[in-house]
Amino acid sequence: MNLITVSGPPSSGKTAVILKTIESLKKRNLKVAVAKFDCLYTDDDILYKKAGIPVKKGLSGALCPDHYFVSNVEEITKWGLDNNFDILISESAGLCNRCSPYIKGIKAICVIDNLSGINTPKKIGPMLKSADIVVITKGDIVSQAEREVFASRVNTVNPAATIMHINGLTGQGSFELSTLLYSEEDHVDSLKGKELRFPMPAALCSYCLGETRIGESYQMGNVRKMKLDD
Amino acid sequence: MITLNRIKETKISKLIEDYPFLISFFEDNDLDITSKENLEIAEYFASFDEDEIEDKAIDGERYIMQIFEFINQMIAFLGQEEDNVQSISILPGNDKSGNREKFDKFTIKKGEIICIVGPTGSGKSRLLGDIEWVAQNDTPTNRKILVNEAKPDTKWRFSSSDKLVAQLSQNMNFVMDLSVYEFVELHAESRMVENKEDVINRIIEKANQLAGEQFTIDTPITSLSGGQSRTLMIADTAILSKSPIILIDEIENAGIDRKEALNLLLSEDKIVLMATHDPILALLGDKRIVIKNGGIDKIIETTDKEREILSELEELDRTLLSFRSRLRKGEILKK
Repeated sequence: MNLITVSGPPSSGKTAVILKTIESLKKRNLKVAVAKFDCLYTDDDILYKKAGIPVKKGLSGALCPDHYFVSNVEEITKWGLDNNFDILISESAGLCNRCSPYIKGIKAICVIDNLSGINTPKKIGPMLKSADIVVITKGDIVSQAEREVFASRVNTVNPAATIMHINGLTGQGSFELSTLLYSEEDHVDSLKGKELRFPMPAALCSYCLGETRIGESYQMGNVRKMKLDD
Repeated sequence: MITLNRIKETKISKLIEDYPFLISFFEDNDLDITSKENLEIAEYFASFDEDEIEDKAIDGERYIMQIFEFINQMIAFLGQEEDNVQSISILPGNDKSGNREKFDKFTIKKGEIICIVGPTGSGKSRLLGDIEWVAQNDTPTNRKILVNEAKPDTKWRFSSSDKLVAQLSQNMNFVMDLSVYEFVELHAESRMVENKEDVINRIIEKANQLAGEQFTIDTPITSLSGGQSRTLMIADTAILSKSPIILIDEIENAGIDRKEALNLLLSEDKIVLMATHDPILALLGDKRIVIKNGGIDKIIETTDKEREILSELEELDRTLLSFRSRLRKGEILKK
């Protein structure tokens, strides 16, 4: 089985891109499944089910969504292997721009959209900078000049990535992406021993544990203060 | 060419002296190098403390790899001769039912306008996709694309700066809030053109020649009219975009001199593909491709007889436009 991690900011078009790409993969008789990770709410699992794609959904709720992802990805992989899928795609939203769910040796795709503004590539951390493939969506509603500027900014922060333009509504470009996804050599048996490409930041303070009161005396653990004196 | 190990042992100041474009790499990656210019690259990445490494997600090894990659890309980009795409050829594939397309080879040359007609969903985007991805019998239509009559370089697929097709779509918007000048400047900078100012002024001048109503370099792009945005984008794409093929998705007949717009693209040595159902535009084309059921059904050459209709249509068009402008001026309309 090939495991592929897809992530990107909320509403960038991850689900649309994955759905269109799976259409092309299915034509090659590949069995594809999706594990959808989100924070508070998602009904994308219904979209996948409607398209006849096996799907598992995980909501992190009060936990950090990326930490929740790492804690569950091994089990999800086992689910995929037990069901003999050819490809398992994990989809997760990058919420704080700092973490990324990418794993060493596992293909990583970042989806971002042209509408998010040309400084966005600068603001997104490892999720964009360490991806193998960067998919840029919503190109149909911006000008050619903006598309070119945006892609060149992405290239500056991640020169090694393959950059692709996909229209999530019409699927234009998704066939091309599908040709880069499956390879027999990328077979995974288990994630045991594998490592994240990037450590996730540590944050454990009194507010993580449910504190609601404001004030220094209630702050414990990993607390840091802004520098306000110039 | 500089090796990975050499990069590690080179001082930042020296690297930037040799490769000035690295400044934008450091800036865009939010890596502050002030007062650290005398460090070697490996020392620089080792100089961050644990908090900084964690906060900014700094991975020295990966950054060094990317610097290496970036330098090589930029050297290739800057030393590149202008791509001389003289022609694109389409070799036949299949339609949606698996029938072979009925032509042997269709070659489109520089300076030609080819129209694409056919109902929505007939396969126009797939044809375009095939050209963009320089299909090699490996797309659903099984078509093959040649550039200059030969098997194309794979860079057309994977390089972010070399794209075969630039698209001018009908319903595009500007999402940035900049003046016309700043906007074109941003594009010029990303293309790293020399004599930036001349290029920018030429684009704005050309755009104004095509536009019904003039705009200035200080006009915010978000307040341009539909016609003005289209002229700006056509001039910008003609002059600044590197792609040899321009795909136009219909040009609405308002506030823009369409014939001149096409001439501008042709004078900049572009191949023009135009998806249109407007008879005037279609007749301005040299040939038109008819798409049906996912395949190229016919290729029609515009004949002189058809062109005779063109002058009639253009007369109608002028009448319509003159009524429109009189309406705008507040006049009473009469024959």
